[in-house]
Amino acid sequence: MATTKKKLVQWDPAHVKAELLAKYPSKVARKRAKQIMINEAQGNETPEISANVRTTPGIITMRGCTYAGCKGVIMGPTRDIVNLVHGPIGCSFYAWLTRRNQTDAGPDGENYMNYCFSTDMQDSDIIFGGEKKLIQAIQEAYDLFHPRSIAIFATCPVGLIGDDIHTVAKRMKEKFGDCNVYAFSCEGYKGVSQSAGHHIANNQVFKHIVGENDAEKPGKYKINLLGEYNIGGDGFEIDRIFKKCGITCISTFSGNSTYDQFASAHKADLNAVMCHRSINYVADMLETKFGIPWIKVNFIGADATAKSLRKIAEYFGDKELIDQVEAVIAEEMPEVLAARTDVRTRTEGKTAMMFVGGSRAHHYKELFNEMGMKTISAGYEFGHRDDYEGRQVIPTLEVDADSRNIEEIHVEADETRYQARKTPAEFEALEKAGYTFKQYDGLVPDMDQGTIIIDDLNQYEAEKLVELMKPDIFCAGVKEKYSIQKLGVPMKQLHSYDSGGPYAGFKGAVNFYQEIDRLVNSRVWSYMQAPWQKNPELSASYVWE
Amino acid sequence: MRKVAIYGKGGIGKSTTTQNTVAGLAQMGRKVMVVGCDPKADSTRLLLGGLAQKSVLDTLREEGEDVELVNIRKKGYGDTWCVESGGPEPGVGCAGRGIITSINMLESLGAYEESEGLDYAFYDVLGDVVCGGFAMPIRDGKAEEIYIVCSGEMMAMYAANNICKGIMKFAQSGSVRLGGLICNSRAVDNEKEMIEELAKLLGTHMIYFVPRDNDVQRAEINRKTVIEWNPDVPQADHYRGLAKAIDENTNFVIPKPLEMEQLEKLLMDYGLMN
Repeated sequence: MATTKKKLVQWDPAHVKAELLAKYPSKVARKRAKQIMINEAQGNETPEISANVRTTPGIITMRGCTYAGCKGVIMGPTRDIVNLVHGPIGCSFYAWLTRRNQTDAGPDGENYMNYCFSTDMQDSDIIFGGEKKLIQAIQEAYDLFHPRSIAIFATCPVGLIGDDIHTVAKRMKEKFGDCNVYAFSCEGYKGVSQSAGHHIANNQVFKHIVGENDAEKPGKYKINLLGEYNIGGDGFEIDRIFKKCGITCISTFSGNSTYDQFASAHKADLNAVMCHRSINYVADMLETKFGIPWIKVNFIGADATAKSLRKIAEYFGDKELIDQVEAVIAEEMPEVLAARTDVRTRTEGKTAMMFVGGSRAHHYKELFNEMGMKTISAGYEFGHRDDYEGRQVIPTLEVDADSRNIEEIHVEADETRYQARKTPAEFEALEKAGYTFKQYDGLVPDMDQGTIIIDDLNQYEAEKLVELMKPDIFCAGVKEKYSIQKLGVPMKQLHSYDSGGPYAGFKGAVNFYQEIDRLVNSRVWSYMQAPWQKNPELSASYVWE
Repeated sequence: MRKVAIYGKGGIGKSTTTQNTVAGLAQMGRKVMVVGCDPKADSTRLLLGGLAQKSVLDTLREEGEDVELVNIRKKGYGDTWCVESGGPEPGVGCAGRGIITSINMLESLGAYEESEGLDYAFYDVLGDVVCGGFAMPIRDGKAEEIYIVCSGEMMAMYAANNICKGIMKFAQSGSVRLGGLICNSRAVDNEKEMIEELAKLLGTHMIYFVPRDNDVQRAEINRKTVIEWNPDVPQADHYRGLAKAIDENTNFVIPKPLEMEQLEKLLMDYGLMN
């Protein structure tokens, strides 16, 4: 479309960057300049971006807190663990499903996601300590529900007054005997973003749950799916495809997951990692302790889904699986391609911006590509440099004081349970054929030249960016939603999917095509006019003028 | 009403000095309320004749929201009002938050109202200014005069200097001022001269030198202030003297805390004099 083309030539990235920084005090501008990158990466050396650094106070960041990352993201989607928030009731609002991670209560019917468990700390609990109340709450949850497991989450005040939640958890676990109780020191103030909370959750899940159930699991091709949170039913669609292919998913970290899935995770033969930012720690520890290798996959985008399935099949190297995967792809793709061809007549050349997650912006770029849409600016809220530049930069990452503050656990190979999944020769043969383990490319190499990559985008820059570059759609979270819509630009939440989904897998891709087609081709936003756009603003002057 | 807070290093004798001084003020006909800001709740023991006071926080916890002034203050020696803030057991919770809660409670219940006819409110505060909660009495004009109890020992002087930093911080935005140093003697060499010099360097004065006397301990064993236990001993006169000095004090300053080197030099100079 002519109008779209016109837009694309209107802006010059250097000019946009200068505009974003223009209003900042010089010190802030210097810091932000390192987090705003005009992409020049074209197969050569990827330029360095500053990420996972503190947000400058005063900036209205898109980031969340450590508690949100631990309780909300990683542990929230698990259905049969009682997630007990130790803290005031405000934080505890997030003790129940607020992220649209769906669940299927399964044959046992055990599902606590729709409950809100909280110690509801009051002034006197802060003064006299909250441990007694916590013990009481754990006991109450146990007596009422008899869950397999109870997880305790620390909110900020708990860290300040020093309640010893880990000792309380240990004592209660010993007392019950049939209920695993453990705690997360995920006080919101730790770390620079929710990323710290992911790490804390990974550590505790690995320390207290993984490997607890040694019972053999049926299945020929057994994998774990890591970093998939079943938002809007994504996990259900992926499960459907796995089932069709004959792949057994032992555990998902953590969409629609159960305690037993985590406990049995060491029984899988491959870890397929989707959002590596939130879960790579568990993947690494599973490999070190139990010998399960991991690969990067992506089920966002139909082509990416096919690619990921082939990658899993290639790992097992079994003709039966390879053929079945090909058959499934051949069966699923026609419907996808039909939908794609249809929407492309309307979406080709449209532009998108995405500021979400620590992998999501990268994953969703696939879907926009499939629709012929161009991602003109993207970035992460809580990504680290490797999420932008690729895993190879990890050795060069500077570990700052904020990261040191988060516990790093060291695991060793399990004496009895470590088992190499393939012989060294088999691994070598795979790698020789171009197969990559433990590797992911960042967002940067996939972005076009001259696009703008921005880490930890904030309210001001988001509005400025939309004003200057006028994308056809902007994707972020609920905090950004209405301010973007007020600028007359359609907005899609990629944390919660608004009320949509699934967008993963084959059926998800079709859903996404149709949703984005509906959004970018709706004229409703262009009719929006704020009162001050219709009538001139009131004018006034200072008395001394 | 004059609002006075007593600070100083832990174990220096803040509670003892405060209660004995308050007894002196009571004898002069002054109406005084003592607010203990220590989780141990032992700041009014000598005035009440034992640990007979239920703390504000315990009362709040047990009675819920329905608390009245009569539940949390008790009449002690010389018609003084005695209040204990109270707080958690050692090692749990947040005592600082407790002090904030109980002072707010006293205010909202009208303990400081004109109708109460108070001449003085005394805050006896635990240890150093360790966190926001313990600084509560010197914030927002809750206390306007601070007296620091100290002795000629290094750590006591160090603590006094630290407290001055706290006072300086709040003095710039509020009405709190340093009223002077009270030297509670430990019989250290050149103690009086050294504290006088420290006071001078801080920009204040040593308001009184309380000599060391075992009668204080004897009175304490009997759960009484010296003035009540035996009004005729010389130490009773010293506390009357301190009470009078405070009553007549007009020297209120924003202190100038010392650098560490300055403080050490002071000790060297006076410690090595003989």
